Amino acid sequence: MQTSEQTLNDILALAAAHFKVPREKLGPDDDFFKTLKIDSLQALDLLTKLENHFHVELPDYELQGVSDFRTLASRIQSRL
Amino acid sequence: MDSFKGQAVSWYVNDGVVELALDREPCNEIGSATLGELEQFVQAMRTFERSAHALIIYSQRNCGFCAGADLRELYGRSKDMERLQAVGQVRTFLEKIHAVLNAIDATPLATIAATHGVVFGGGFELALACDLIIADKTARFCFPELRLGLIPGFGGIPRLKRDLGNAVVRDLLLTGRSFNATKAQQVGLVSQVVGEGEVLRVARGTAAQVGKFDRKTAAAAKQFIKPIPYEELKREIDIFCELFIRPAVEAGLRKFAESSEALPYLP
Repeated sequence: MQTSEQTLNDILALAAAHFKVPREKLGPDDDFFKTLKIDSLQALDLLTKLENHFHVELPDYELQGVSDFRTLASRIQSRL
Repeated sequence: MDSFKGQAVSWYVNDGVVELALDREPCNEIGSATLGELEQFVQAMRTFERSAHALIIYSQRNCGFCAGADLRELYGRSKDMERLQAVGQVRTFLEKIHAVLNAIDATPLATIAATHGVVFGGGFELALACDLIIADKTARFCFPELRLGLIPGFGGIPRLKRDLGNAVVRDLLLTGRSFNATKAQQVGLVSQVVGEGEVLRVARGTAAQVGKFDRKTAAAAKQFIKPIPYEELKREIDIFCELFIRPAVEAGLRKFAESSEALPYLP
């Protein structure tokens, strides 16, 4: 099973590629809504990408209050 | 009319396949404009049923198939009314949308919902009225109504019960969470998952396949295997209206209407 650090790096890379943002602009503790300038619909898109990439199911209510990549990574890691 | 272009929907018939396209900003929310044009479509469908063999319903919006009922319109129209009067108007709207979805559900045409992006609430209910749901990898299916103090009102619960195991129905309704296309296929909701942007092409291929078989035989088979739960559909309207009258629902709708987010109840 991959480490949390690997999961976090995968998420940052996926988010950067999906929203066409330079990878170096994204930090683990960044608010992804503000940094990526995305809304709820786009956040759902990202969720789908992440679920497909990690082969997990992540109920969207688990993302309540989650707005940074590090916490998002821990939610996904708990399902690997 | 073999083709039509309206404010919210358009349709045309080609080679025995009717294609109904949803295209209303921001995400095909179903309000009075869409309802009116869908009612026109159902009238036209009676003519198509004589010669066509399939109906594909799809969306031309990037955001997805359909984000559900136009809650902003619903709130706007009901907020200054006495609750009983508002409920009366809601009941009328529900009865009309049920008539549309029941007609789509019962048509002898093989019906395919070609979905992508958000397939939420009333949009999910429109897809459920179809025989087959094909989804691209971006599709997500959700009944968020409990987040607003309501239940699905366009026939979603009886149709979901028809198609899926009760445990899955409870999961969707009670948690209000969304399923991605892969999960939706695993539980038996979606028949094919395809690459992003491929869903209409695949739906057309499926419609062409369906067209190879005798139409009357296909219609008889469909009628046999796809019962329409008319009594439960009527009961759903009653329950929806009983819930709608509650102050908590008005508060939830106000919060929705005042937000600029497309799906403010998420996550």
